[in-house]
Amino acid sequence: MADTSPPQPAPARRAASGRYSAWRLLREGLTGQRGWTRAWAKAAPRPHYRIVIVGGGGHGLATAYYLASEHGITDVAVLERGPIGLGNVGRNTTIIRSNYFHPDNIRFYEFSLKLWEGLEQRLNFNSMVSQRGTLNLFHTEAQRDLFTRRANQMRLLGVDAEALDRAQVRRLVPLADLDNGRYPVLGGFLQPRGGTVRHDAVAWGYARAASAAGADIVEHCEVTGITQAGGRVTGVQTSRGAIGADLVCLAVAGHSSRLAALAGLTLPIETHVLQAFVSEAVKPLLDVVLTYGAGHFYVSQSDKGGLVFGGAIDGYNTYAQRGTLPMAEEVAASAMTLLPGLARLKILRQWGGVMDMTMDGSPLITLTPLTGLILNGGWCYGGFKAIPAGGFTTAHLIACGTPHPLAAHLGLTRFASGHTVDERGAGPFPYAH
Amino acid sequence: MLQIPCPWCGVRDETEFRYRGDASRSRPAADAGAAAFHAYVYQRANEFGWHVEWWLHFAGCRRLLKVVRHTESHEIRAVTGPQDEPPAGPP
Repeated sequence: MADTSPPQPAPARRAASGRYSAWRLLREGLTGQRGWTRAWAKAAPRPHYRIVIVGGGGHGLATAYYLASEHGITDVAVLERGPIGLGNVGRNTTIIRSNYFHPDNIRFYEFSLKLWEGLEQRLNFNSMVSQRGTLNLFHTEAQRDLFTRRANQMRLLGVDAEALDRAQVRRLVPLADLDNGRYPVLGGFLQPRGGTVRHDAVAWGYARAASAAGADIVEHCEVTGITQAGGRVTGVQTSRGAIGADLVCLAVAGHSSRLAALAGLTLPIETHVLQAFVSEAVKPLLDVVLTYGAGHFYVSQSDKGGLVFGGAIDGYNTYAQRGTLPMAEEVAASAMTLLPGLARLKILRQWGGVMDMTMDGSPLITLTPLTGLILNGGWCYGGFKAIPAGGFTTAHLIACGTPHPLAAHLGLTRFASGHTVDERGAGPFPYAH
Repeated sequence: MLQIPCPWCGVRDETEFRYRGDASRSRPAADAGAAAFHAYVYQRANEFGWHVEWWLHFAGCRRLLKVVRHTESHEIRAVTGPQDEPPAGPP
């Protein structure tokens, strides 16, 4: 992409947070912890940027970072309506994995998993990446066949997948009731490299790295309009004034339809709420990410000891960031069926986040019919694990103008051309994915 | 928990119903072309505000209902039969 932006004043000198290390920790400990500075700079918006990214969540911040690190583009602003990290990047159940079925999806999420594996060293930030394994249980022979097919597909592409029998599952998860009469556990598939990440630290780590590279992170800056001239996007109207841009990227999953509507676009997306729950903290009792195959339920234990778990979307269009009780009851029922030992555990907190649910259940990293507008969205409930790959490939699309080969299947035109990527085979019904 | 006033059964809990999506769209004519069908099948206004939607009262009268519900407050303004046009209200 040609740089057509006018010359910009050099960005203000940033508060350097320095390099984090064990040596630094020791030194600060000996000198009264007085040397720590802000991890990233809170910027005021300038009148024009080469790239404006709307949305300071995981994908927006990662895109800003990879624009700088991979493409040398630092004339970038990330605009966030509230403070960064309070949207879906801080509301998910922190699971990372790449156990998909479609080859295109496997490649994309495996690339993401590989970026996760090197992320802390690369960002010099402790994101607590924990590859404790993700274990998917199956309860019928048909389900075993389906999972076997998926695992074979993964292994053909060099991704780790292991079949476990009942005895192996019992050793790994002694807590699970493998013999319940209705849904006995026949076995499971383990992806040893799957696991969890401290989600807040992902937002902070990318924000720190992007800010240090020169990107402006502007909080409390709500986009209220998308300005166009001569058939292309020229900037955004915000609660902090107009900001010009050569290119605008929306990374506002959950609200993509509303932002796209500001530019006159209609998307193949419905917005739904997904709930998550955390229990009181207990001693270590679960050291894998466990998913139940006879209902929609997944659980892991956080480093603080609380069980973090969730289920399916509530199931009807909503922008309310709160869940409703029928789904909470269903999730609790699934938990009881699989892990009856949890019956006395109290749920401490419950919350909801709103999702872009697309018509085929796969995300969008795409050019739009409007020149100068790029969309990263449609993450359904799988956006967290995709943050590194999503940011990397969105940065590629912004910098090069053509999709990254790993994200070429995530274009907006796939619906009209019939190339939908329907992992679940549920058809064009967002509530069914 | 939503409470949906079914015109045939009275006020019932949401657990008696199945959500069946946006009811504001209508099927194009058979010769309307691929673009019209693409819009019908895939494109959604995804309203922030009042949303006309289908709910199937599967554990009651088994009728398909048209419900006008707010997508942030979840307030239900009107429930009608499938052929009826819901009364106009504030935007």
